[in-house]
Amino acid sequence: MLWIPCPTCGRRPVEEYRFGGELRGVPDRITDPIERDVDYVWMFDNVAGVTTERWFHQAGCRRWLTVRRDTTTDTVLG
Amino acid sequence: MNEFVERRLTLRWQQAKRAYDVVIVGGGGHGLATAYYLAARHGITNVAVVEAGYIGAGNSGRNTTIIRANYGIPEAVRFYQHSLELYQTLEDELDCWMMYTTKGIIWLAHTETAMRAERARSLLNLACGAETVMLTPQEVKALCPQLDLSGGGRYPVLGASYHPAAATARHDRVVWAYAQGAMRLGVHVLQHTRVTGLLRDGARVTGVETSAGPISAGQVLSAVGGNVSTLAAYADVRLPIRTHPLQAFVTNDYEQAFQPILSDTELLCYVSQTERGQMLIGAEFDAQPSYSLKSSFSFLQSSAAKAMHLLPFLRNLRVLRQWTGICDISADFSPILGETGVEGFLVTTGWGTWGFKAIPAGGELMAELIASGRTPPLLEPFRLDRFASDQTMADPGSTGTH
Repeated sequence: MLWIPCPTCGRRPVEEYRFGGELRGVPDRITDPIERDVDYVWMFDNVAGVTTERWFHQAGCRRWLTVRRDTTTDTVLG
Repeated sequence: MNEFVERRLTLRWQQAKRAYDVVIVGGGGHGLATAYYLAARHGITNVAVVEAGYIGAGNSGRNTTIIRANYGIPEAVRFYQHSLELYQTLEDELDCWMMYTTKGIIWLAHTETAMRAERARSLLNLACGAETVMLTPQEVKALCPQLDLSGGGRYPVLGASYHPAAATARHDRVVWAYAQGAMRLGVHVLQHTRVTGLLRDGARVTGVETSAGPISAGQVLSAVGGNVSTLAAYADVRLPIRTHPLQAFVTNDYEQAFQPILSDTELLCYVSQTERGQMLIGAEFDAQPSYSLKSSFSFLQSSAAKAMHLLPFLRNLRVLRQWTGICDISADFSPILGETGVEGFLVTTGWGTWGFKAIPAGGELMAELIASGRTPPLLEPFRLDRFASDQTMADPGSTGTH
């Protein structure tokens, strides 16, 4: 099971949180402005490895936090 | 496991050649079906299916084997109805018993809003050629006597839509039958060969880099489940895909017959009985993307609670086995098939939680696209560039669980 450290509430189980999506940018190699918009709206990095993402502590302090997570093992780093 | 598969199939596994006309990455249902139809319908036999593990090791062996066509948008209903019709004759075509059993699926509604949605969906299904009718609670009870119509007091059944053609089939058999059919026609299936990169000539994809060395190809099709974003990134293709775990579990044997498949969009869970008599229970996919195959107790707890509201007899059964598959969920909950904008590289992905039922149609139509270079009309709505051209195929309601 995934446990996420909350700066306010401490280490809490994933059921208390809502997933807010990965933090990502549009790759530099996409230069066309329309293509950059499409990428920004629709595409995901969907990394198999370490990602940086936002989580909302819905059933706790109700604050947003940034978490680094390894998606291959589903564990939070650091 | 692999020795067992090899013995049962009496297949002769081939050595990899240096070049093929078509290389398909991923030896699951979609990859093997595409290879089979390429050879059987289009005479293209210089094809290799490259699989990192053994065939059917991924989601083709982890799904809950439900075949149905009652989707929520016309394009999807037509596509899945075509797939269902192909499934109905597949045992004859591949000369292999797949335990194809027509069971019918019941979608329960507990609120007036859900009833309205189910009515709308059944009318849409009828108009697109997939038979779906509305049932009263008494008719539901007649089809499924074990169901508690009061839903444990919390989820009273107001009615349901019923799709009588829904079926189940043995997933391993489907995978092995396609492998056998394809290999008889000369297709190479390369097991335990991991793709580690793509060969490029400028922007064009010209082959795959594998753990067994490079293999060049006229066209490369990604039929990968789970790691498709990684593979596409080798070709600088970005996909609107997130990979989520999806879990399911079976109980020990239930000695009575439980005929239909029971599904519930509001509770987001579904129940069917396997051929061995075990009760198979599944629910929605995990909220956060992950590539981990770990199962969680919280899933077991929440989905068991949901299913027991509807089927009180389940509380006397024991959980036998729980497992996880990782599935690719597209941004609009519809699959993505076809060209990627990079020459020589095609994808069939986004099969998320609804890929098993689409294996014959997905394979047949992808083979047609690869052979002719033209997108068949049934695939047209599911092309990747629909996201850029603002023609997304949003269908979250009917694909939410399986």
